Amino acid sequence: MKLIQNRKNWVWPYVALLVFFVVLPLILIGIYAFTAQQGGFTLQNFVQFFQRTEAVNTFIYSIAIAALTTIICIVLGYPAAYFMAMQSFRTPAVMAMLFILPMWINFLLRTLATVELFHMFNLPLGEGALLFGMCYDFLPFMIYPIYNTLQKIDVSLLEASQDLGADRWKTFTKVVVPLSLPGVYSGIVMVFMPTVSTFAISELLTQNKITLFGSLIQRSFGEGGIAMWNYGAALSLIMLIIIGLTSFFGSNDNEDINRQA
Amino acid sequence: MTTRTSIDKRSIWSRILSQGYLWLLLFVLYTPILLIIVFSFTKSKVLGNWTGFTIGLYENLFTGYDLSDNVRVDPNLYRALIYTVVIAFSAALVSTILGTIAAIGIFNLRQRYRKGVMFLNSVPMINPDIITGISLFLLFVFLGISRGLVTVIIAHVVFCTPYVVLSVMPRLQKMNPNIYEAALDLGATPSQAFRKVLVPELWPSMISGFILSLTLSIDDFGVTFFTKGSNGLETLSTFIYSDARKGGLTPELRPLFSLIFLTILVLLIISNLRTSKQIKK
Repeated sequence: MKLIQNRKNWVWPYVALLVFFVVLPLILIGIYAFTAQQGGFTLQNFVQFFQRTEAVNTFIYSIAIAALTTIICIVLGYPAAYFMAMQSFRTPAVMAMLFILPMWINFLLRTLATVELFHMFNLPLGEGALLFGMCYDFLPFMIYPIYNTLQKIDVSLLEASQDLGADRWKTFTKVVVPLSLPGVYSGIVMVFMPTVSTFAISELLTQNKITLFGSLIQRSFGEGGIAMWNYGAALSLIMLIIIGLTSFFGSNDNEDINRQA
Repeated sequence: MTTRTSIDKRSIWSRILSQGYLWLLLFVLYTPILLIIVFSFTKSKVLGNWTGFTIGLYENLFTGYDLSDNVRVDPNLYRALIYTVVIAFSAALVSTILGTIAAIGIFNLRQRYRKGVMFLNSVPMINPDIITGISLFLLFVFLGISRGLVTVIIAHVVFCTPYVVLSVMPRLQKMNPNIYEAALDLGATPSQAFRKVLVPELWPSMISGFILSLTLSIDDFGVTFFTKGSNGLETLSTFIYSDARKGGLTPELRPLFSLIFLTILVLLIISNLRTSKQIKK
């Protein structure tokens, strides 16, 4: 009874769940990655990856595609978030809602609908389709965090900047942009991470013409059977490192900005 | 940046341009969805091929039978729909309860431990679907647990609960901590104080955590794909995926998703109208 009354103990069921279903499985990936199928420590799975030029190329290509998607999303999404936050009438909430609403349609179905769009206009399904589809799927994830930070900016800061003689462009570059960077960073994380790890979207958008790193991982666990699991685990670990680095940079920069602000 | 009339001296043209840009972006964003809705009113096998207006697909969807072609609508579609709903509601319910209790626990931890748990809490959110899916797949194989409905629900609880924690925590921070203690001092048992004081106070954030969990669960593909096993369990996402890989989507998916979309749209409009009414009051 005492145990339950002390409310900090309420955290334990959840911590147990996290340890058992999040930490332990991640450790398992690590164990599989460094063992041979017959057991015993080995680096062979990683050696195998670096020896396959095709696999390494896919890896680099996936990162490039994800980076390009992220950049396009910033270029398209920042102005959208800015215009929404700038509106002086009461529509911004409705606008923000309109940008989120498409996410309620299953993303695979939306992706397939964009494929049909390409068919209708007789456009080839290749890199262009892949980039369009990825941006289409993840643009809202860029707009929303940027919009959120822009909306929270204190108007008096902008007024102060103008009172002190800065023109609109200077106010934008020296006040608005720096203050909105945390939103941009979380947008980058929210777009880059799913695009670098996706496997279904690329398959559907290019009809298997382009293979991304995610598909490589998925195939090692699907068609290859048990023989490929250790190799797949090694690939997953490489992916995890990329994800870890991205989120690390994201959170670090965020804290810096917060401290400055 | 809401009241900017004093500093916003932009010309009418730049306003038109910025508005135009937003609507253009929205137009592109909605085109594929409109395509699905428009082509839910024709009976062609593939999207993009108009064969005349009919509500035949809607009839098929509701009767489960295509009278004109004398074939049944793929029964797996309905099973996938039911599984999707069952999984989403079970996972959201468990996540909401577990996440709320956890948030209360975290809130009462000392700063140092709180940071540790919050870091753990962020791991499933940062993990991409494919990593969560594969790591759980390896765990279930390692433990010899056969994959199926239960493993999918567990997996969904794993990636939904962190969001419930994050939605309940701010509410706890805003709440007056003395109310709970006061209830205890006035003779309430801890369980009474929990039910009559804490839960009503946290209710709105629990609801939004629940709805967020539902959304995440229904939209998930990657995690489900690796944890569903091969006993024929499909959710709508995995059904669409395997359908598309076989070539050609089940046409009845078009009316199904049109209806889902319109339902969400109506719900959002209603909730929006209600909040704007509350603001006016």
